[in-house]
Order: sequence, then C-alpha cells, then structure tokens
Amino acid sequence: IHKKIPVLIHNGKPICESLIIVEYIDEVWHNKSPLLPSDPYQRSQARFWADYVDKKAYSTGKRVWSGKGEDQEAAKKELTEFLKTMEGELGEKRFFGGDTIGFVDVALVPFTSWFHTFENFGQFSIEAECPKFIAWAKRCLEKESMAKSLPDPENIYGYALGLKKK
Amino acid sequence: QLLGFWASPFVFRVKWALELKGIDYEYIEEDIFNKSSRLLELNPVHKKVPVFVHEHRVISESFVILEYIDETWRQNPLLPQDPYQRAMARFWAKFAEEKLLEPAWMAMWSKGEEKEKAKKQTIEALEKIEEQLKGTQYFGGDDDKIGYLDVAIGWISYWLPVWEEVGSLKILDPEKFPRITAWKIRFLDHPVIRDSLPPKDKMLQYFHKRSDEIYS
Repeated sequence: IHKKIPVLIHNGKPICESLIIVEYIDEVWHNKSPLLPSDPYQRSQARFWADYVDKKAYSTGKRVWSGKGEDQEAAKKELTEFLKTMEGELGEKRFFGGDTIGFVDVALVPFTSWFHTFENFGQFSIEAECPKFIAWAKRCLEKESMAKSLPDPENIYGYALGLKKK
Repeated sequence: QLLGFWASPFVFRVKWALELKGIDYEYIEEDIFNKSSRLLELNPVHKKVPVFVHEHRVISESFVILEYIDETWRQNPLLPQDPYQRAMARFWAKFAEEKLLEPAWMAMWSKGEEKEKAKKQTIEALEKIEEQLKGTQYFGGDDDKIGYLDVAIGWISYWLPVWEEVGSLKILDPEKFPRITAWKIRFLDHPVIRDSLPPKDKMLQYFHKRSDEIYS
C-alpha cells in the first residue's frame, strides 16, 4: 500500500507502519520488557504522545534542514517548541516510560540522530535551548541496544547534504 | 464526559464506541470557532475535539480514545483479540485517515487541478478499502460484528456523501464500489448509528459555509 519501510514479517504475515509494528511486537512478546504500561489511561497517554511525535517531529525537522529563509526560521522555532513540550512531558522522569524505556522513548529517540543535521543547516544549538531533552537522549544512548542500532549522526548529515544537492 | 462538536466525524467515532458498549456519558457541545477555556485547558497540545474525560483522566485524539474505551470497558470489544488482526485494524484506520479522509476533505473545498488531484487520491484509497471487504458484512475480524474499523471509517457512510454534494463530486459510485455501498447501508441501519446522526440539511449548510470560508 505505502511501498515504504519498515515492514515486519512474522509467521509469514507482514505488518507496516512503525508504531503499529511496535504495538504488535509489544503484544506478541508481552512477557519481555513491556514498552506500553499496563494501565489503560497510561497507555492512552503513551499513544497520544507517540502520535504527537509522529505528526510533529519529522515534518518540522525536515523543514529545518531543507528549508530556507523565513520558512526555516519558522521551522526552527516550531522544532524548539516541540522539544520544549516534550521536555514538559518528561518532567523529572528518567525516560518517557518512567524508570525504563517505553513506547514514547522508542518513538522519539531515532529523531535525535538528525539533530546534528538540524544544527548544521539551521545554525543553532539544540542543547542550548533544550538541555533536558539532550540529557534524556544521552541516557537513551547509554542503552546498548539503542546506541548500536541508531545511525551515526555524521552519516545522516552526509545523506542530507546529498539530498539537498539534487 | 465527551467534549465534542455536532458535525465532527472524529467526535462521532467516540460517540459510537460509547453507545455500542452501552456506556453512560455526558455530552458537552463545544463551539470550535469559539473554544471554551475548559477545552483549551484539557487539550493544550492540539486544542481540538473530541476530548474524553473519565474520572479526572483526560484523553485526546479519537483513535487514542477508542483504544482507551476498548481497554477500560471490555464488553462488546471493538478491536479483535488476535495481535495480527489488531495490527491490521490499526493499519487500515490510519490508512483511511491519511489517504482517504484528508484528500476527500480537500476535494470538497478546493478547485481546479488541486481538486482533481485530491479526488483521484480519494478514489484510489477507496479502491483499497473496497478490497478489504471481501465477503464480510463489516470490517471486523472473524466474528463479523461491527468493530473498530467500522467506527473509524464510519464517516464514509454519512459525511462523504455530504462532502460530495457540497463539492459537486462523485466519489462513492455504487457501481464501482458495491461492497462499500452495501456496508454503508448496513452501517447506517444499525440501531446505534441510525439514531445518532445529525440532520442532513444542517450538515449540508454547515459544510457549504466551511467550504467557502476555507477556499477564500
């Protein structure tokens, strides 16, 4: 339908759309490190924030690195506001999932690989504006599973440069 | 408590879910063009309806609310039990939202090339949905009862014809989409759905006005 990745194939059946795949994984392998909380209200909050990340983060980020002039400035402002909103939601917790990594952390952490690219193209420092957010990102990267699988920010910058030239 | 707007298809998803499960609730009408301070307080991120309040817990975003309702009130389950079928229901609901609802809305109020493009996108998406109804009465799983996906895309049965009329479009052609047409009739005839719908002339009036406002 979408001709996009990721696609998860389990028992010969394909599942598409990353957050839907994450929920599927959480349901099938429910006895190991649950990503979603068991309480329905907390689950609804996790889903709400993951949905917000999905809707806001990537499209705004794209405008920061590919945009120019006024649009880029507006996008930078929106991105900072988005990160501040997420900081508010994080509060004093270690992760969005509480003491352990959860659904929202998983939804959001890949986005941080793009920060180096945003900062270079947008000429600004995310750490200066949103230190709490960067602190959270660093905590996530302490997890071996995340650190090993996330792409190198330098590679992403190179990739973006290549796209911009076309 | 459900905060809603009488013409919003998103609000109706939540209404239908609550009614299908026989849950008592208080409905509060919001004027979305003059939002109450309460709404803005309850949904500061999106500032939209529907907003669902249950025992001081506030939830926004219609699909998120549907899942909460399904998990909290276990009778007449909306989502199937099997994880794969659940993933499929969620996938198609998201697909219909992005590829069907958004272009259909755009097709209604836009003009010229933009309108044609949106119309084409809507029809293509509808074709995929038509395929999903192979021989079942509803979009549900094996038990073939009304469920999550029916509620998620229920707007096709009533809002789409209104938008077609307002936008002078022909999208849901019964000859091209026999299964969806049959589903539409069945859905609209369901006791919970039938008695909940706002009057058609009011809808036409409202969407005509909105259409003109957006275009200018």
